[in-house]
Amino acid sequence: MNTPAPLRAAFRQAITEAWASGAGALLPIGFFAGAAMLVPFTVGTDAAQLAAIGTGVLWVALALASLVSMERLFQADLEDGTLDLWAQEETPLFLVAATKILAHWLVSGLPLVLLTPLIGLTLQLPADALLPAMLAYGLGGLAFFLWGGVAGALAASVPRGGLLIALLALPLFIPTAIFGGLAAQPDGETSNLLFLAASTLFALGVAPFAASAALRLAVD
Amino acid sequence: MTDGLLIEADGLGAVRGERILFSGLHLTVRPGEAIVLRGPNGSGKSTLLRIIAGLSQPAVGEVRLDGTHHWIGHRNAIKPHETPRQHLQHWARAWGSSADPVEIANRMGLERPLDVAGRLLSAGQRRRTALGRLLLSERPVWLLDEPFTALDTNGRALLAEMMATHRATGGGIIAALHGEAPFEADREMVL
Repeated sequence: MNTPAPLRAAFRQAITEAWASGAGALLPIGFFAGAAMLVPFTVGTDAAQLAAIGTGVLWVALALASLVSMERLFQADLEDGTLDLWAQEETPLFLVAATKILAHWLVSGLPLVLLTPLIGLTLQLPADALLPAMLAYGLGGLAFFLWGGVAGALAASVPRGGLLIALLALPLFIPTAIFGGLAAQPDGETSNLLFLAASTLFALGVAPFAASAALRLAVD
Repeated sequence: MTDGLLIEADGLGAVRGERILFSGLHLTVRPGEAIVLRGPNGSGKSTLLRIIAGLSQPAVGEVRLDGTHHWIGHRNAIKPHETPRQHLQHWARAWGSSADPVEIANRMGLERPLDVAGRLLSAGQRRRTALGRLLLSERPVWLLDEPFTALDTNGRALLAEMMATHRATGGGIIAALHGEAPFEADREMVL
């Protein structure tokens, strides 16, 4: 049996579902923009101060925004029985889990990255730092979504498991947050970006397997 | 499998919490056979089906399945936004099926609600949509958990006819049931 066909179908269903949920998919974007825009009001409009803390604030907003809609990612599939069907397919479940997480990232995570220049400007980030920062947020955001997906899979059978997801995912965010914070700084070194990329690759290699193991427990 | 069995379960046992649901259970299904599982609520019919489907692990014993299987569980696996057409198209794509989803929907009596979102369908229409998956691809084993739930007389007759066709072409069925079976079962197993 050819493997890509089921995965293409899973991807398509995930995108259609996100599209049909409308505001649900936009929630992380709204959360991210809202959290970042409040910063100038809370710390004052001093340009030097804003520029100094700006990138760090965006990382925190990105980390939290990535968790906002994670609760339903696998829980909906568990509740409506779709997960039962996927768990019986020949297609490895970790590939289905990875497909769903990546589809979720495309819909809810990538727009956050595209939004960063706008928000970066309001936080007085220097214009020439925006492009490297976007690259860093793109890489880091993907890692956040992957670890968030693991937490979402673990909490799939827990009603109102949002808090559990945050508790499980936030410690896993730390390596990405450290290297990401360094990489997104205006005068950051390239090695930080490489370490950030490595942490994302690590997440890409480990998270799908962890998520699928958690989903197997959830359907049992 | 050399002995022509579609399903062979040997010495199966399942435990829920502190309670033994069943133990030492032996079950075989040959091509063309339909087995009915019976027993009161909570006796382990669904657990047994989930173990055969590979969704749950038995406490002891093992299950061998020859070939692939179809699964109809309590939950229909239809998304709130998904129409019967989209649902059948989705699984046709996933299974690489060349069957026409619209034709199958028509056979399942879903012409009218073909493009109605899942959350607006009646329980019977959702069940008919889920049962349509059985016709998308040829799979020798059908595992059905209370498949007649929510179906009207016409729907029950339709499913009974599908099951008869499946058996006539060498397929095997295990169905957990309450009440009268609208088809001829080869064996009943009480849990």
